[in-house]
Amino acid sequence: VNGRCFPSALGVATGGRLRPAGWPCAGGPSLLWSRLEVPRLLLIRRAIGFAPDPATRTHARGIRATILIGLVLIGLMSAAASAQSMREAIDEVQPKMVKIYGAGGYKNLESYGTGFVISADGFIATVWSHLLDAAVITVVLDDGRRFEAELIGAEPRLEMAVLKIDAVELPFVDLDDPAEAGVGSRVLAFSNMYQVAAGDEPMSVLHGVVAATGSLTLRRGRSTIAYDGPVYIVDAITNNSGAAGGLLTTREGGPLAMIGRQLRNDESNIWLNYAIPLAELTPVIRQIQTGDFSRQETTGEEPDAADRLNSQDFGIVMVPDVVARTPAYIDAVQAESLAAHVDLQPDDLIVFVNDRLVQSIQALEAELGKLQPTDDVTIVVRRGESLITVELTAPRKTQ
Amino acid sequence: MRWIVIVALLCASWGPATARAVDALVLEAQASRVDVIEQVSACTVAIFAPKGDNGGSGVLIRPDGLAVTNFHVVQGLGPFMKCGLNDGRVYDAVIIGIDPTGDVALIQLLGRNDFPVAQIGDSDDLQQGDWVYVVGNPFLLATDFTPTVTYGIVSGTHRYQYPAGTILEYTDCIQTDASINPGNSGGPLFNAQGQLVGINGRASFERRGRVNTGAGYAISINQVMNFLDHLSSGRIVDHATLGATVQSLTDGSVAVESILEQSDAYRRGLRIGDEIVSFAGRPIRSVNLFKNILGIYPEGWKRPLVYRRDGQRREILVTLRALHSRSELMPDEQQTPPMPVPEQPEEEDQENPDEPQTPPPGQPIPQEIAELFRKPEIPEQYAHLYEERSGYANYHFNQVHRERVYAAIENLGEFPASAWQITGEDDDGTKLVVKLNDQAVALELGADPYFQSLEEPFADQPPGSGGLLAAMHQLRLMLISPAERFTEFYYVGSEPLDGNGQSVDVLQSTRGTVTCRWYFSKTDGSFVGFDTEVEPDADPCQVRIDEIGEVAGRPFLRRIRVLRAGEVFRAFTLNDLQAGGGS
Repeated sequence: VNGRCFPSALGVATGGRLRPAGWPCAGGPSLLWSRLEVPRLLLIRRAIGFAPDPATRTHARGIRATILIGLVLIGLMSAAASAQSMREAIDEVQPKMVKIYGAGGYKNLESYGTGFVISADGFIATVWSHLLDAAVITVVLDDGRRFEAELIGAEPRLEMAVLKIDAVELPFVDLDDPAEAGVGSRVLAFSNMYQVAAGDEPMSVLHGVVAATGSLTLRRGRSTIAYDGPVYIVDAITNNSGAAGGLLTTREGGPLAMIGRQLRNDESNIWLNYAIPLAELTPVIRQIQTGDFSRQETTGEEPDAADRLNSQDFGIVMVPDVVARTPAYIDAVQAESLAAHVDLQPDDLIVFVNDRLVQSIQALEAELGKLQPTDDVTIVVRRGESLITVELTAPRKTQ
Repeated sequence: MRWIVIVALLCASWGPATARAVDALVLEAQASRVDVIEQVSACTVAIFAPKGDNGGSGVLIRPDGLAVTNFHVVQGLGPFMKCGLNDGRVYDAVIIGIDPTGDVALIQLLGRNDFPVAQIGDSDDLQQGDWVYVVGNPFLLATDFTPTVTYGIVSGTHRYQYPAGTILEYTDCIQTDASINPGNSGGPLFNAQGQLVGINGRASFERRGRVNTGAGYAISINQVMNFLDHLSSGRIVDHATLGATVQSLTDGSVAVESILEQSDAYRRGLRIGDEIVSFAGRPIRSVNLFKNILGIYPEGWKRPLVYRRDGQRREILVTLRALHSRSELMPDEQQTPPMPVPEQPEEEDQENPDEPQTPPPGQPIPQEIAELFRKPEIPEQYAHLYEERSGYANYHFNQVHRERVYAAIENLGEFPASAWQITGEDDDGTKLVVKLNDQAVALELGADPYFQSLEEPFADQPPGSGGLLAAMHQLRLMLISPAERFTEFYYVGSEPLDGNGQSVDVLQSTRGTVTCRWYFSKTDGSFVGFDTEVEPDADPCQVRIDEIGEVAGRPFLRRIRVLRAGEVFRAFTLNDLQAGGGS
């Protein structure tokens, strides 16, 4: 008997009757994630026994009535067996998880996060985020040991970064042997969400079901994440503060995917819990590990540069972009412009656009270029010793 | 024709479904869940304010109606409330005791002696990945009081959750991904076998608003059981401190950072810089773990502590001090009342968005439930079950328990209020004579005389006893008439005697600067000992009663041991009690 044989939490609702549970992402979000396999999802519901099928229910009640006493006994035993296998899976995964501490600690930017070990000699995969823009990145292993980590490389297009700590003989997630899961598969999610665990305390574990698989196709415009490849969508609330970079596994502990960021549809106010399959990340992780990685230029149906918004559309004049990574200092602000209205000033250093780190003028223009007219924009600037946040609405392209 | 097509299509769509067989194990697991849910739903309580305008959840633990809930559910509801069970009936309930620090309250449902109760489990047996049920009344959905059940796994055990701007602190708690929402507060967490393992009360809320985000927290039932008798006392109960703070060192060990010289830990030898090896039998690897352990015990309990200094390991038994002063625990000065559920789930401007918070106990309830609460707020037939007094949630219950426990003294018969002379000898044959009256205490131990006027402050006399003179004086007051002779006399709760002994009920008395704790076996109610503290923060004189038997023709303490700081001072056999004459 293993965990696979047991119905998930989805089946239990109020009043002690088994009812089909709602699937959180079948409705509203399809607007946003257009290529989700919703029809297949319904089929799978049938196949795994949660379909609202009157005939099956009657059948189930009949069986229940006749063998109830025996079932209670066996049920308790099998529940114990299920828990045992899940306990074992969790015990196997936890030593591979790491807590990460870095930059942040102000306005919606946590200074903590999650990652997992991917080699015995201390390579660690995590999400690419503001957290890593710190002089010191600290990694805490499951046994409580603390290390200073080095950022080896990152691929923002995959929302992924690789760190390295100076350690040996670590238990690790074998990227060459990832597990696979279809819609309806039960999964576990490991992360240090909300920083609940500290030191050697084990990370939080959630359970859930793969609710859908498909490509994360974001509405163009306010693009909060760059990734547009295949994802697992899960019904558990896996994507919380600090959870990005955590690990999604099968119920048996087989590694599946890296938990993504917090992502909300502004129109429906629905939050999406997604994770990026390891198979998507592994080739680049290997390149970063061996030092062969060079960032790919973004491709695809990018609009012409002439159509994209840029700093001048906001009334901002940047300092001359003279080196590869010129810091995004404001040189001047045009009178009566959007920027002037929110009191941006010359010498302000733009550090974040919509919570995304901006390390250069090029990065700034790239972020602004993703915006569509009327999108909300949050810009954080460093002025002297303080960080100042301003909110704007993206303008129409200035002709 | 159209209908034929439709029917044919329906048959076609049902065909494969009916042919499909559901795995027997799936059905078994389902049946076991249905059974567990039926069992646990009966003892889950929907709690409402007397006017029905707010509410939360609770769980019955004794057939006479004792039920546990969160402090923040009953806070502000007044002494009486209304409770619904899944039998569809509404019961009156009265507040008994509260623990504002641990966020626990004890109430009693009234009107029956055969309430369905939860089976108490062992929360220390839980592990990550275990299935659990959260049962309660989220969003006050159930108009017929059938509780809502959510199902999930244990996401973490032994979690420490910082105080969120109040004195409320969750220590050693259970984290689950089963949904905990406003209205679930105070309700039960059950393990897969349907045993009560926790009281749900807190959740991590952030950008998604005040609804479940996959991280809810339950107070461990083991903590609740440690406090249960304290809560029964009707008091506002307090948590404990060691009187020392600890810090993590770079090598991962935990050491004493500061220590109060008045604390028992200091008197037992603990000093700044000592490494804490274990506390209450659990190894200490982090500051959180230390706080976790401290948080599950009431003040006054004794717990073993192992520390290391200069490579040497020492074990001590430490009495835990009160964490708060009485005024800090008074209801008016605690946290602000729970907030209503905001309509817009946006709280991004909070100061500490990462800190978990207590969900508000509920929200305004539907009209059809409100209709049930058109009865008087304080039911007349139960008004005698509540008595207001400063420092108590409900003084009535303290009197009930004080009388219950004091019965052991009453069973010794009446003692005259005249002068007493007690005679005995210790195991070496040294003679003991104690003379007691309303003006003074005199004691002869062999050839050594000790005398104390009651006008003067008591001291450690005979030296090394912790204050046997004072102890004998307090014993006389206790045996004659405690209610008249003591300025304060109340039921505390229960504890393991001397840290690891039998479970005892505790009464506490005060007269002047002298405080006594009186111990009575929980098994048979017998009087087993008392501690006398001649002044605050002094090592008490511990008297342990090994035998109650006939002395001078009446029941009295026959064999006693006198100890200080756990070390035996003398053991006496008492063989005469003369009570008569005026002075």
